[in-house]
This record gives sequence, C-alpha cells and structure tokens, in this order.
Amino acid sequence: MAALSALLRRDIRLAARVGGGALMGVLFFLIVVAMVPFALGPDLALLARTGPAILWVGALLASLLALDRLFAADHEDGSLDLILMGRAPLELAVAAKALAHWLTTGVPLVIAAPLLGLFLNLAPAAIGAVALTLLVGTPALTCIGLIGAALAVALRRGGLLVPVLVLPLTVPVLIFGVAASNAALAGPVPFGTPFTVLVALTLASVVVGPFAAAAALRHGLD
Amino acid sequence: MRVSASNLACVRGGREIFRNVNFSLSSGQVLAVVGPNGAGKSSLLRVVAGLLRLESGRLDLEGGDPELTIPEQAHYLGHQDALKAALSVAENLAFWAGYLGTGPAAGDEALEAVGLAAIPDLPAGYLSAGQRRRLSIARLVAVRRPIWLLDEAAAALDQAAQVRLIDLMRAHLASGGLILAATHAPLGLDGVQELRLGNG
Amino acid sequence: MRLSELANPSRFNALAERLLPWLVVATVLAFALGLYQALFVAPDDYQQGATVKIMFIHVPSAWLGMLGWALMAVAALGTLVWRHPLADVAMKTAAPIGAAFTLICLVTGSLWGRPTWGTYWVWDARLTSVLILFLMYLGVIALWRTVEDPSRAARAAAILTLVGAVNLPIIKFSVDWWNTLHQPASVLRLGGSTIYPTILTPLLITAIAFTLLFVTLHLMAMRNEILRRRVRTLRLMRAAAANP
Repeated sequence: MAALSALLRRDIRLAARVGGGALMGVLFFLIVVAMVPFALGPDLALLARTGPAILWVGALLASLLALDRLFAADHEDGSLDLILMGRAPLELAVAAKALAHWLTTGVPLVIAAPLLGLFLNLAPAAIGAVALTLLVGTPALTCIGLIGAALAVALRRGGLLVPVLVLPLTVPVLIFGVAASNAALAGPVPFGTPFTVLVALTLASVVVGPFAAAAALRHGLD
Repeated sequence: MRVSASNLACVRGGREIFRNVNFSLSSGQVLAVVGPNGAGKSSLLRVVAGLLRLESGRLDLEGGDPELTIPEQAHYLGHQDALKAALSVAENLAFWAGYLGTGPAAGDEALEAVGLAAIPDLPAGYLSAGQRRRLSIARLVAVRRPIWLLDEAAAALDQAAQVRLIDLMRAHLASGGLILAATHAPLGLDGVQELRLGNG
Repeated sequence: MRLSELANPSRFNALAERLLPWLVVATVLAFALGLYQALFVAPDDYQQGATVKIMFIHVPSAWLGMLGWALMAVAALGTLVWRHPLADVAMKTAAPIGAAFTLICLVTGSLWGRPTWGTYWVWDARLTSVLILFLMYLGVIALWRTVEDPSRAARAAAILTLVGAVNLPIIKFSVDWWNTLHQPASVLRLGGSTIYPTILTPLLITAIAFTLLFVTLHLMAMRNEILRRRVRTLRLMRAAAANP
C-alpha cells in the first residue's frame, strides 16, 4: 500500500510541476468547446440543444489526448522497468497511475464543464446533469484509455495511435453519458436509466482497464 | 542465498541474442558479464531482472524470501537513470525508496554515500550526467535488496565516484549480497568470477 | 555560472525599486478619482440603469488585454533580434497580467450581458474575439510552463507571440464576418460615437488608472522574475559544485 501511495503522490506531483500536464487537458477542452460555435453558428437555441453532446465529445478528446504520455514518459527514462520490479502487483500500480491521471486531468474537466456550459447557453439543470455524468463517466474514459496507452508503449508508437485504438471502445460511455444528460434536460426516458448503465460501464472499466493495461505492459517487455 | 541459471536463451526481434548461458552465484560473490558489444550482456541482466522474456532455460533462487521472485529482490541499474527532472533529488530518491522498499528508507544516508547530501532540494534536472548516475546509485543504498544487477554502472562516473561505488559494492557483498555486473572495464573488486558472452 | 549576464537586470531591479512606490501612489489616486467619477458623476443609462457602469471596468480591461499582447509582441522582437534577457522577462511576465485583464473583460462582459441580453454569454463578435485572445494568452502561458529552460522557452514564445500578433486582426475580421453572417443587425451596439462627455471623462480616467495598474503589476512581476532567474542560476551553480 505504501508503494502505491508513493506512486500516486509522485504522479500527482509531476503533473503539477513545470512541464506537467495537469491543466493542459482543461485548456484543450476549453478550446475545443469554444471552436464548435464557429462551425455551428452562434445560434443559442441550437447550442443549448447540442450542448451536452459538445461537452461530452470535448471531454472525451481532452481526456484521451492527455493519456499519450502516461506510460511513455516512464518508459523513456527507465522508470517503467523499476515499476515492473516493484513488490506491488502491476495491476494495482497501473491503477494507481490511472487514479493520479484522473485526479489531475479528469477532475479538472468535470470542474470546467459547468463554466463551459454557460458558453453554450445550457440551462442550470442541463449543466448539473452534464457535470454529474462527466464525474461518473471520466473514470471510465481514463481506464479505457489506459489500455491504449499501455499498448502504445508496448508497441513503441505514440501520438495518434492511442486515440485510434481507444476511441471506438469509448462509444458506449459516450452514448450513455450524453443520453443521461439529455434525459435530465428533455426526456423521454428518465435520467436514472441511462445513468445507471453509465455507472455500470464505469465500474466495469475500472476493473478491466488496469488488468488489460498490465497485461499489455508485461507482454510488451523488451 | 544463491541464484543459478541453466541453459538460458534469449531471442529479441527474431534474433537469438545468446543461448546456453549457465552461471551460479552465491551470497558475497560477484559475477562480471563480459563480451563484445551486442553479445547480450544487457539482455542477460534484463532477463534476470524479469524485464525480458526467457526463451528457454531456467533461473532458480535458493534462500532469500520464498514469497518473493528474483526481480522483487533485485535492484536493476540500467542505462537510464529513472529520474524525473521536475522532482528534487530527495523526492526522486524518496519515491523509489517508498515504491521499491518496505521498511524505513535510509534516504539521507544514501545521499551521503553518493556525495549528494549537500543538494537534496535541487531539481534532478539541474544535475550533470555523473550526478544523475550517483543519485540513481543512491537507490541501491536507500532500499536493501540482496541482488544487484548493474549494467555499466560506472559509466559517466568520475574517478572519485567510481571509488565510492566500489566501496558500496564491497559493503554490499560483505553484508551477504550478490552482484551481477555487465562491464567493459575491470570492476575493481577481488575474487570476481567472469562470464564471457559472444565469440570474443 | 554567468553572473555578468545578471548585471543589466540588476540595474533594472534597482530602478524598479525606486519607481514602484510612486507608481503605486499614482495608481491608487487615479483609481480613487476614476471610481468617484464613474460612480457619482457619470449618469445612469436611460435603458440599462446602473448596469452601464460595468463599462468603466469592462472597456479599460479590454484595452489592456490588447495592450498586453502588443507589449509581448514588442518584447518578442527584442528577444529574437537583440536576444536581450530583459525582453524575455518582459514578455514572460506580461502574459499572465494580460490574460488576467482579458479575463476581467470577459467576466464583466458576461455580467453585463445577463441583464442586457438575458444570458451570461452571447457569441457577440467583440466578446468572441476577446475570448480567442484569452485562449491565445493561455496557450502562451502553457508554453512557458512546459519548458524549464527560460531562454529556450523565450524563443518559442516569441515566435508564437509574433504569429499571434499577425493573426489577431485576421481573427477579428473573420469573427466579425462570421457573426454578421449569422446575426444580421441584431447585435447590440455599445459605445460608438454617442458617448457623452460625462461618460467619456470618467472612462478615460479609469483607463489611465488601469494602465497604471498594468505598469505597476508588470514592473513587480518583472522584478520577481529576475530574482527567480537569479535563484535558478545560483541553484545551478550549487548543483555543479556538489561533488564528493
């Protein structure tokens, strides 16, 4: 347990220092969301209707693009070798890194979402629903993205490979995240139905993600 | 404790790196792995560290903690220093001590041993290559693990630092540790067994 | 390492120490006069009531948001052409201050918009241009935060700043075109030539007060950055000296 908390604290510290990516995800999120009206037009009614979807797609891209360096940085400086030689199970070490990444990238996205909701003219209920679904859904995005990040390191390829591998896997999370947000806004299904599925998807990803990522890292040894 | 290898073979990227490698190493002993470039010295160390898949053969451990594998009882000092430029000297060491070790870590003592005790607060990014190497070596002192796997550990070290490293290795052997070192230059220790890889 | 390089910034710091007390006093006086004029002399708008007084914060911060980028662009030339360390410092420290004024402009604009337009945000051409300016400020700040070595970061930031300076008018034009395309004539026109002297005088005074505030903050930030770089140099020297 001490080993895992050491890893967690190190990753959070690194994200917050110079060169760390803690606020980069939020900045990307902000820019993506701000770009959408230039394509759609400044029609406030249209933006309010599509707002939850825009915010979800923005958060999805922001959280996945930031994952690229999750294992790559440790691989380049040799830290990954030593992480593999620790006494803590690799699955838990990977999960600790994922938690640190979510705390430094996912949580800021959730906090920024209501503010961006104002830009898109969302109603207060919709803003609350989007923030709640993102709070529940971003851990799933991180844990699914974890698998792609581990595969990218194992294959020694970075950049766009992670989103290409991972985006299709995040389709269910996107569907139910946006569906729950829209349900809170307009119906016709009650909020609880898609939201419960979203919670289930997150729980499943949190379990499967670290196992798959650890397996990818072990098999990618070289 | 005793580490023995029989008929080890390693294949990387479809190319056979080495085969039929045998050695046996007990507490207090040093094995120097020598040979020309590309003979597989680094690969052998990574195989023992569990970082490279073994194609065939077996690695056995007698004594030591029966609950733990060889990699879990080994320190690996590879070509890279495993340091984060944004963290301070003390933070880097404290992280590895916390992650690799279990009991209380001897951080200050370790920095003293490698001559970095004066600058625990500086970011590792400010250090020279030799200083980074020394900080990396401090890890071996801060956390007690009986097997040391050293891959060209003396590279980038100046004369004074090499002498300190030899002292550390000597102390480690005296306390019952064992060392497997890939090297081009003589290690500077007595009673070194040699394992020659490749045709050289 | 290169203590001689710090000689010039040292003289700058000595000058800043002497100037700052005067600047602080001038800023406080200008704000006192400007706020008095804005709150008690300037009349309420016949339609918007007292909300129009947000203008006395909103408009000067918009000016200073743009002034900040202009200052950065001039300093960027200093960095690229003369490689002067003070230009690096001026460019780096102007970014957060310019971003802060731009943010004040956005927040006050949004608070002003709530009673006027009925929502906190409208994709009005001017506000949108300011939003893009803010995003570009954040990009420059992120660039400074990504690279630890100040002189390497300075050259990259200088190029980005100059490209941004060239692009800003194009962005402004595009946004105007985009906006009129979608919202013909429905955009609320603020200001223009219909400003009365009773509004114009307080506005000019608050603008001077804000400019003084900008200069004061910028000098303070430059002094801190010079000291921060000196600490970095000393720490590098300490690291180089630490050998067994």
